[in-house]
Amino acid sequence: MSIVVKFDNVHLSFGASPVLRGVSFEVHKGQVLVLIGRSGSGKSTALRCVDRLERINDGDITVCGRSISDPNLDLRALRQDVGIVFQSYNLFPHLTVEQNITLAPRWVKKLSKAAAREQARQVLCQVGLEDKMDAYPEQLSGGQQQRVAIARSLAMKPKVMLFDEVTSALDPELTAEVLKVVEDLARGGMTMLLVTHEMAFAARIADRIVFMHQGRVWEEGPRTLLSDPQTPELRTFVGSLH
Amino acid sequence: MFTNFSLIHVQVLLGGLVWTVVLSLISFFFGGIVGFGLALAGISKSRWVAKPIADYVALIQGSPVLVVMFVIYFGLPILGIEVGSLAAAGIALVLFSSSYLGTIWRACLESVPKTQWEAADCLALSYWQRMGFVVLPQAIRIATPPTVGFMVQIVKNTSLASVIGVVDVTYVGKQVNGATFQPFTTYLVIALLYFCLCYPLSVLSRRFERVYSVNRR
Repeated sequence: MSIVVKFDNVHLSFGASPVLRGVSFEVHKGQVLVLIGRSGSGKSTALRCVDRLERINDGDITVCGRSISDPNLDLRALRQDVGIVFQSYNLFPHLTVEQNITLAPRWVKKLSKAAAREQARQVLCQVGLEDKMDAYPEQLSGGQQQRVAIARSLAMKPKVMLFDEVTSALDPELTAEVLKVVEDLARGGMTMLLVTHEMAFAARIADRIVFMHQGRVWEEGPRTLLSDPQTPELRTFVGSLH
Repeated sequence: MFTNFSLIHVQVLLGGLVWTVVLSLISFFFGGIVGFGLALAGISKSRWVAKPIADYVALIQGSPVLVVMFVIYFGLPILGIEVGSLAAAGIALVLFSSSYLGTIWRACLESVPKTQWEAADCLALSYWQRMGFVVLPQAIRIATPPTVGFMVQIVKNTSLASVIGVVDVTYVGKQVNGATFQPFTTYLVIALLYFCLCYPLSVLSRRFERVYSVNRR
């Protein structure tokens, strides 16, 4: 299987404080890799490095064959291959759901208005919100906004999707509806890199689980990792959740 | 002998008011264009762009408009560059309004949440697509009340142009006062004329503030 995202000894510091201290792992095509760990363990930062929202200091990340530290990197091409969904949805509040979704396909991928609209309908169907085309974000619940954000990313037909604690701002009921969408995507064969605190969810959909601690990959393994932790840190972390 | 202040003087003053309006429009229009450039440069990630611009803006904001006008009107001819009074006043006022509009607009751009810029970046939008479709529509909403409010300052500051001989309403007022020697009446009428230009702008600014704080869309 081909490698879609490869972290190779990645280091990153914010000022004097090191956040990532030699992180290495790989995500293969069609795989779901879940990053877990305490707040501050560097997992969200690691995710943001893939889309080059943060610049790494040392090591390298390869995304769909591109090195993100290449000085001649075509950043916009990279970002067309990578879809990212944030904790705070980040929908554009002044645009309707349809406009949010069709903006990039129309102006970046140069789709016609009709084609972009048709595609918006498709991705909204996928997240179960086909009746919300003309709504504004503020008229939707948090869970619906997050599903629109997922649809907006899907419309760019990314080769890999990043999810950065996408349910952390939602109550349990809304969390369930968003996780269902994410799970459907995983079953559909999307390559995904997920940061989450939903351990039961991680254990259900992950092909690989990476436990990060103090800016390092502390433990890595298949989804059974959580029921059979090898290090005291992961044992404490899993234990603290029950 | 002096003549009494009468309707004919009001007509003459209205003639001067035309130039006050013209000067205001010039200041706002060109000041807006330059100010927009200053705002964009001000949010540049490159220190080599942002820092000199910030220094320049501080310099302009730290000098009286009248003195800048004198430098241009009296100073430039010494270097062999002749500048008419209207041009000199226009340039000084454009420098003034652009530096303030630049600051106001930069703050408005920066108050669009960083996550919105990131979301646009992550969708692979170009710089201008991100600006035009995502950031500016949200920034304009924030910028409208203070911008309209600042237009009041521009209108009032055009009166300084009378000092270097632009025949605006204040300049005409001095002549009317010379002919009638009724300063109280004359300048009250002039104040009223400025008020008639500025008050609608103030009302508009307050209305925008209300509208945009209720409806965030």
